[in-house]
Amino acid sequence: MRRYFGRKLLIYGLTFFLAVTIDWMIPRFMPGDPIANMLSRATVNVENAQLMYDYFEQVFGLDVPLWRQYLNFWAALFRGDLGISVYMFPTPVTEVIMRAVPYDVFLLLPAILLSWYAGNKFGAFAARSKWLDNTVLPIGYILTATPYMWLGILLAWVFGVVLGIFPLAGAYGFDVRPQFSWTFIWSVLKHWFLPFASIFLVRFGGWAIGMRNMIIYELDADYSHYLEALGAPRKLVRQYAYRNAILPQITGLSLDLGIIVAGALVTEVVFSYPGIGTLILQAIQNQDYFLLQGCFLFIIIGVLLANFVIDFVYVIVDPRTRLGMVGETA
Amino acid sequence: MSRKSFTLVGLLVVLSLVLAACQQPMPTEVIATQIVTQEVEVTREVEVTTEPVEPEPTVVPSPGTYERSETLYVSGAAWGPPSTWNPFQPGSLANTTGTIGNVYEFLFHYDPMTGEMIPWLAESGSWNEDNTMFMVTLREGLTWSDGEALTAEDVKFTFDLGQEYPALWFSPMWEYLDSVTAVDDLNLEFNFTGEPLYQEFSNNLYNIPIVPQHLWAEKTEEEITVGANENPIGSGAYLYDTHSEDRNVWLRNEEWWGGDVFGMPAPRRIVDIRFASNNVALGSVVQGDVDLSNNFLPGIATLANQGYVDTYFEDAPYMLSANTAVLFLNTTQPPMDDPAFRRALAFAINVDDIVNVAYANLVQAANPTGLLPNLNDFVDQDVVDELGYNYDPEQAAAILEEAGYTMGDDGFYQMPDGTPIELEVTCPFGWTDWMEAIRVIAESAQEAGINIQNETPDYGAWNTALQSGTFDMTLNNWAALSNTPWTLYNLLFRHPIQEQMQSGNFGRYEDQEMFDLVDQLAQVPASDVEGMQAVCSDIQERMLTEMPMIPLWYNGLWAQWNSGVWTNWPSDADDTPNTLPTTWSGYWQLGGLQTLINLEPVPVEE
Repeated sequence: MRRYFGRKLLIYGLTFFLAVTIDWMIPRFMPGDPIANMLSRATVNVENAQLMYDYFEQVFGLDVPLWRQYLNFWAALFRGDLGISVYMFPTPVTEVIMRAVPYDVFLLLPAILLSWYAGNKFGAFAARSKWLDNTVLPIGYILTATPYMWLGILLAWVFGVVLGIFPLAGAYGFDVRPQFSWTFIWSVLKHWFLPFASIFLVRFGGWAIGMRNMIIYELDADYSHYLEALGAPRKLVRQYAYRNAILPQITGLSLDLGIIVAGALVTEVVFSYPGIGTLILQAIQNQDYFLLQGCFLFIIIGVLLANFVIDFVYVIVDPRTRLGMVGETA
Repeated sequence: MSRKSFTLVGLLVVLSLVLAACQQPMPTEVIATQIVTQEVEVTREVEVTTEPVEPEPTVVPSPGTYERSETLYVSGAAWGPPSTWNPFQPGSLANTTGTIGNVYEFLFHYDPMTGEMIPWLAESGSWNEDNTMFMVTLREGLTWSDGEALTAEDVKFTFDLGQEYPALWFSPMWEYLDSVTAVDDLNLEFNFTGEPLYQEFSNNLYNIPIVPQHLWAEKTEEEITVGANENPIGSGAYLYDTHSEDRNVWLRNEEWWGGDVFGMPAPRRIVDIRFASNNVALGSVVQGDVDLSNNFLPGIATLANQGYVDTYFEDAPYMLSANTAVLFLNTTQPPMDDPAFRRALAFAINVDDIVNVAYANLVQAANPTGLLPNLNDFVDQDVVDELGYNYDPEQAAAILEEAGYTMGDDGFYQMPDGTPIELEVTCPFGWTDWMEAIRVIAESAQEAGINIQNETPDYGAWNTALQSGTFDMTLNNWAALSNTPWTLYNLLFRHPIQEQMQSGNFGRYEDQEMFDLVDQLAQVPASDVEGMQAVCSDIQERMLTEMPMIPLWYNGLWAQWNSGVWTNWPSDADDTPNTLPTTWSGYWQLGGLQTLINLEPVPVEE
């Protein structure tokens, strides 16, 4: 048991180191100069441009050699300091990201979990039912093949423009201020629904199809036939099949949960929902090294953490994993 | 309803009655109960009516939703989320437009429509006889929004910050500013030394925001130069209310000193929105959800003609002009190092197509001098008549052939030594109007026999090429609407030439005679109009002969509005205000605030 998790931890540690290094490198290889961009937006007569440039270079810590910047980056990282955003100067990156994270969690957690649960249940239900298989399955295929942004635009057009039921963009109305009141909560929910729906529908289709195929496979497995031959009730057979079929789906869920803070990039851009996805786009467009690094760091940590958690979950839900570990130690 | 719950409800009713009775003064006689209750009600009513009579506190906590009839919704100023309210932060104030102008104020405003400086915090300002001292008298009764008095000491403190911290943008003026003295609470003296740049100083008078000494004196250098300055305390007509990623909300300062002098701005609240896309901005202003949009919205001319939105002019160009789009030529590269080629190029660009096709008539072609219409007084018409340019491919061909360029087999001109000419014109990707404009530039030049291709790198790459001089030709418009022609010439002929040209002369045009002329202009006192005209005339003659860059058109002061909630918007008609209808940062002091003061609410239909 200890060896199993020890090895896993080592691998995660190495992955983290490499991923963060790449994360640090990528923005710096992009063409352009973030400080020059920032200063060039000044409309005043900047007489002392060079002076200001030097000053800001030092503020951002870009005035030292690259290897030093890299070391400083790691040092700051362990202090929980991700630097200052260039795009939203002088807000610290951690603050920018922390402001965005709640929106992501609020949008993606329900969308991912609900679509996973509903999709699996529905897929299992639809398998081997001729009528459902023939009508609903194609819809599932269409849904899962739909690009998020396309579905998003479609939903926005139908429910926002044509029917006018839901707002098109933002996290809450322009005429309300954030506070604990029904008006505000209602406004937030109305703005949340379309982005949620577009993510939910696409994922729902994917899970349902995956589950349906898995169940059919499992129902054809020897143990199912053996159970049936023994005269077990149909419900029991399907229950066993479901427990086996859910395993790959859990792996899929873990990957989904890993990108919980950034998994809705295009959806967020379509609805200009103020989550990490929107931030990443803006950071790229504005060459904000530090913000981009911070966003990616969150994704890296998210994916690694989710994988780690799933390793635990596997031990619990899949007896074979436990057996394997026993065999190893024996 | 079941029996059980009915009893419960009955019990509750009785209980609440008892409780209510307990709260009222207990009557001594049972008969008096009714009367006493009535009395209590009456006094409550009186209390309610007296409430509004009491003076309201400076910051009234906002309700959950904003009353539409007292709120002005605007958009088009911000390009990113609000992040700083530091009035000295040049890069990001557009995202909190109003920080300078509506919260922090200036000594003067400038009205580009009349060309006059408007005393603002200052009541008056005047020079001594030999132009070595500028005397300012402040208005009486100026206050900060926290109730403290705004005095000459605050103004002195603000200007002194520039002396102390070189990272502040106005710090270079201390090269010729010797000292600022507060004579008393209302009077200040600015003492000059050496060769003052009078033009810059007059420009700074309406661009340096005055900050409160009693709050800023304790700030560290870092807080002053790069701090975010959340919850700003200024002296202006609006107070910071709240913000989020896509909006800023400003609340009118009911105690504003200027209410008696200029009049109170009509909207009690301003909600400044950053839309993710122009389509949403367009839909919002057409539907009236947004009152004033300062976004560039292509095709607005059609909507204006159909009456969906209003604009400053009823017909083309619809918009006022905000700045000049200049085609910078990299004069270090052949053939752009040849004045003949540059002049030929000026004749080869079809500016009319840019105006009519790329902008659908929303802009005007620029004067060949590049000066905006508000500076017409400084254009030497004789020079323009003699040396000006217009679209004329034949003239372009004539100039090229006279200079020895020859037509190659591919239909394009070659260098006199026979090498082919292949050039690129650039602008940042995503700036759709400019992308269309450089397409017109490339096409019309190709028709005239000059091989130019249009390219659109992303902003970062474009900016790097611009400042390090690794482009062939590119568009730029970084000279703001200003009270002096020096602002434009300072952009066009910035010197000395350095490795990085961050704020002008991107084409690295090296010409000492021109540099001397611009320096000379900078040192003419702003009151000496004739002196300025004389130098401008020399600059224009040299510029149009050498043609180091080509002014093409005036970018518009994009503004379209819906008069559903607010009315009395500016226009060129006689019976309306003639101020700038804009919310852009840096334009509040050019008439933007005056526009808000002139607004009137549309009476609500019962």
